[in-house]
Amino acid sequence: MEKKHFFDKPENVRNLLRALYAVCALLIVIDFFIPKHGYILFENAPQFFAAYGLVAYITIVFTAKYILRSIAKRKEDYYDD
Amino acid sequence: MISHIPPALIFILAAMLVPLFKGRAKSALLLVVPVVGFINLLMIPEGSHIAVPFLGFELTLLKVDRLSLVFGYIFNIVTFIVMLFALGERDDMQYMAGLLYAGSALGVVFSGDLLSLFCFWEVMTIGSTMLIWAGKTEKSRQAGLRYALVHIIGGVILLFGIIMYITGQGTTEVGVIGLHGLSTYLIFIGFGMNAAWPFLHMWLPDAYPESTVAGTVFLSAFTTKTAVYVLARTFPGTEALIWIGATMTVFPIFFAVIENNLRRVLSYSIINQVGFMMVGIGIGTELAINGAVAHAFNNMLFKGLLFMSMSAVLFRTGKINATDLGGLYKSMPLTAAFCIVGSLSISAFPFFSGFVSKSLVMSSSLMEGYAFVWFVLLFASAGVVDHAGIKIPFFSFFSHDSGIRCKEAPLNMLLAMGIAAFLCIFIGVFPGVLYNILPYPVDYVPYTASHVMAQLQLLFFSGLAFALLILAGLYPAEIRAINLDADWLYRKGARAFMWMVEGPMKRFSDVTQKALFKTVPSKLKWFSLNPVGAIMMARDSIFMHFGDPTQQKRLQEKLEEEKKAYPGDVIRHWPIGSTVLWVALLLLSYLLIYYL
Repeated sequence: MEKKHFFDKPENVRNLLRALYAVCALLIVIDFFIPKHGYILFENAPQFFAAYGLVAYITIVFTAKYILRSIAKRKEDYYDD
Repeated sequence: MISHIPPALIFILAAMLVPLFKGRAKSALLLVVPVVGFINLLMIPEGSHIAVPFLGFELTLLKVDRLSLVFGYIFNIVTFIVMLFALGERDDMQYMAGLLYAGSALGVVFSGDLLSLFCFWEVMTIGSTMLIWAGKTEKSRQAGLRYALVHIIGGVILLFGIIMYITGQGTTEVGVIGLHGLSTYLIFIGFGMNAAWPFLHMWLPDAYPESTVAGTVFLSAFTTKTAVYVLARTFPGTEALIWIGATMTVFPIFFAVIENNLRRVLSYSIINQVGFMMVGIGIGTELAINGAVAHAFNNMLFKGLLFMSMSAVLFRTGKINATDLGGLYKSMPLTAAFCIVGSLSISAFPFFSGFVSKSLVMSSSLMEGYAFVWFVLLFASAGVVDHAGIKIPFFSFFSHDSGIRCKEAPLNMLLAMGIAAFLCIFIGVFPGVLYNILPYPVDYVPYTASHVMAQLQLLFFSGLAFALLILAGLYPAEIRAINLDADWLYRKGARAFMWMVEGPMKRFSDVTQKALFKTVPSKLKWFSLNPVGAIMMARDSIFMHFGDPTQQKRLQEKLEEEKKAYPGDVIRHWPIGSTVLWVALLLLSYLLIYYL
């Protein structure tokens, strides 16, 4: 029997996810108290970067998964003859 | 009298010495070369040093200023790290190619004139092609050949541009060129080929992953960063670069999401990172150029680190596809840790090196009023978090357990990764060290509360998006497949071309060849046996067909007789008198022509 590694235990994965949620929540809260002096409006908008990160990330993954993959995907031996 | 040694010379001489050393002495040589190179750089004062007259031009083999020095330092540092990583390869060809490649990159950086710059530029192509071929697989052989062809074409375009520029401008100096006229566009495109601009980029993800364990790490550093240097030198503030760069930051991130070969993911990531540098050069302010250079410097460390971690995985497991890997943190915990440092650096996590250089470019885009570009770069940053920040470490070291149990990476690889990881964190914590060697004075504070906050939000919410997508089963599963890219144009296009050559064009050439080399000559030969007889036969056959019908039968018999007798006795038809007449006419015409 191989020894159990860190992520073999489900509670460790759960704790990691909880930590991620907690940090995200904390970042939302702290953001209201940070003095901002950006060059454009968006930089100063509350929670802009959180929203942009979330939306951009999902857009990228879905665009690649549903659009690019349907166009560009080929079998691994596509170029071999 | 040469008072200072050109950095390229040290590397190229050392490359020749490699086969003469054995065992530990060879290892020592490989590690000492970049150290000597680095010390040599510290001793050269700024200015132009070695001038050699050549065909009426003056070649400046050693020109040193702050811009070239930054690249000189990092090229030496990276060579040291990669050589340490490569000690286990025990392959002289790779060591020689590597030194030649790094040496010629240094040659490009310290060239004061376009001619010697071009020569080193081409030697780089040779060195890098040898590194790809060192993979010694059929795939690497073909990819290397494609790589070489693409770069030779790029080199020819560059050479045309340089020759036209020198004849037009009357100067060979490497200085600000800027876009005006055909020659400068050719130079621009020639440089852009090595910078992996969109549609000139396909050689990069095509060839880099096919090299050896260490060769790919070498390749990741020099070609594109040398292009960044020359563009920063010759085309600063060229607006086209902003748009080229912005495109480069975005399109590879989609490919990186669905790519299965993790070293190819990192190859796409190179294009994305060079995009940030292109934007910085295109904006062209002191802050932006500093940002581009600083990012190139940091990129060589963290991208090298990521490549090293993936190469170490390839070395230990023999596998590099995400579909075959997973759970390796159990076997290679240190490699996993170093990989994560690289991931955090490239994602621009605060207190890691990417943060202190990328923000220079991002801020300068806003200061110069390119808000749209800023949005694009921010979007691309989320893409970096995905493919380089999360995908690389997640699918190799975590994710589902592949069941692979192997040894931790060898000591020399761990040391190389350790040095790179240390520098990534060191520069992130003490950015002043890097800022001090940048070309222009830096008046920029990366660590402000709002800035750190913005970056943390971007990173953690990208991470949150990843976690949610994985939990929901929506993150695209890795698939054993390849994805088409622009190299399709010539990989399949070449096949269509070959079909054209082997099919229709070959048939055409067969027909013309037969006509020109067989049918026509044999007829001519037949005719020349007895031209007069042949002409008389032609006359008779014309008369036979179109002349007096009553004579037809007689003519036919005569013709058959003539054919049977052909060529017959040639002399009979050439009485001496008429020959003399012909010669006399010939001489007369010659005389006339002469007097006219």
